[in-house]
Amino acid sequence: MKRGSRFWWWLVMIIGILYFFLPLIATFVFSLKAKLGVLSFQAYSNVFSDPDFVRNFMYSVLWALLTIVVGILLFVPTAYLIRLRVPKARSAVEFITLLPFVIPAIVFVFGLVRTFSQPPLLIVNSPALLIAGYTVLSMPYMYRAIDTGLRAIDVRTLTEAGQSLGANWSSILFDIILPNIRVAILSGAFLSFAIVIGEYIIAQYLAKPAFAPYMAYMIQQKAYEPAAMAILSFALTWAALGIIQLVGRGRGQAQVPGGH
Amino acid sequence: MARPARPKMSWAWLGIMPFFLFAFLFLLYPSSTIVVRSFVDSKTHAFTLKNILDLFSSPYILGAYWISIKISLVTSLGGGIFGFLLAYAAIRGGLPKILRSSLMTFSGVASNFAGVPLAFAFIALLSPTGLLIGWMRALGYNPYFHGFTLYTFWGLSIVYMYFQFPLMVLIIAPAIDGLRREWLEASENLGANSFQYWRHIALPILLPSIMGTMILLFGNSFGAFATAQALTGGQINLATIVIGTQLRGDIMGDPGLGYAMCLGMVVVMSIAIALYTILQRRTERWLR
Repeated sequence: MKRGSRFWWWLVMIIGILYFFLPLIATFVFSLKAKLGVLSFQAYSNVFSDPDFVRNFMYSVLWALLTIVVGILLFVPTAYLIRLRVPKARSAVEFITLLPFVIPAIVFVFGLVRTFSQPPLLIVNSPALLIAGYTVLSMPYMYRAIDTGLRAIDVRTLTEAGQSLGANWSSILFDIILPNIRVAILSGAFLSFAIVIGEYIIAQYLAKPAFAPYMAYMIQQKAYEPAAMAILSFALTWAALGIIQLVGRGRGQAQVPGGH
Repeated sequence: MARPARPKMSWAWLGIMPFFLFAFLFLLYPSSTIVVRSFVDSKTHAFTLKNILDLFSSPYILGAYWISIKISLVTSLGGGIFGFLLAYAAIRGGLPKILRSSLMTFSGVASNFAGVPLAFAFIALLSPTGLLIGWMRALGYNPYFHGFTLYTFWGLSIVYMYFQFPLMVLIIAPAIDGLRREWLEASENLGANSFQYWRHIALPILLPSIMGTMILLFGNSFGAFATAQALTGGQINLATIVIGTQLRGDIMGDPGLGYAMCLGMVVVMSIAIALYTILQRRTERWLR
């Protein structure tokens, strides 16, 4: 590369860095201005002492954990069996796991609400529908992560070793396979966590308490508290993805994003 | 392998049934409902093309699709070009190595940082009282006096770019890695200048993956809802926003039209993904 061109690459890089950081800096600075004339963490303490925030946020954490559990229970056995016994079903499963990319979240929620708000499927008010929706949205990431994890280990040998030692299928799956793909599961889980915590559409339209709809509501109500929440949300996304990089060091895949 | 495995085979099929049952109930069935009901009159329950035709006869809905498509074109092109330059700068620009790994990490975070918090971050930066606007005002230039607003098309485009260009960086980086240094050296030895290198070697190889990734960006922005909703309070007329309004039941009492709008979005997205798949196949020929 010639000398002169390096200047231009630096310029591109600096614009990128500014684009990335300026909105965050602006948000952070703004979040410190809750007290007139001085910089303070007042907005943050307001947020944490707001019982509505705590309630909505804790619900989001609960939804995220349930989504992860459902995802693991649903996708680990499926991905395992597809790899070992029923490769014929692979293309069908892959098609399904990629569908959430083709169907925009708002369209998906539209279908969900309209389908489940009339008898005999009147479960639109049940948290189960919310969790199902989150599980679908996180499916491309969760399933992919688990499948990648299974590809990295010798599923067949592990299974046969388990069988010859007299293990039944559930202990093969949960005592042998699961611990061996824990890194993959963890990265899928943290990505799902980030997606569910930031997700706005499903909780909003199923009228369930959650962090993102509460924050959207607060943007209309207050000035500084939403700024503190945005910083918090960014820190959480950062933490979740940072942990993925940490646990998956050396075998990291590019993490491609969730719903906007 | 067929005969002794038989009984196990059926157990295995049973084992993947929960997944298919779940997918059918919560994904395939609701999605197929959208397709079916787009062609059903919501009052008489008879087959009709009226919902689809209504899409094309309503300037309001056509306008919404058009703005959605326009913003997706602008941000996929802009985000795609800038993301590519950024990735190339970090990988082949001769910049310090640390920038590359930091860029990938930042891109992973930024492409996930969307929706409500992103909307607020740009309110803090570019609203009339935002940080950057404040700086510009101090320099004697207020963009709001020159037609700029954060809450309309170009403002929203700037916000969307925040999750568009990092996605480009993430997806295009492996393709740039696949560009062998030997090709550059070989072309230089044969007397090519850097324009000729790009024109005849690098671009033809990278173009399918650049185009393919831009199509992904197009879909990424076309389906976006939360960012625009939180930023404009639903005031901007995007296809996703209209669907959201329809779902709340505020306007247009006709549910059939809502289904048809959803179908329209899925059709656009399917075309995008199909194009992406075709381009992906072309890419794989060169970059392995």
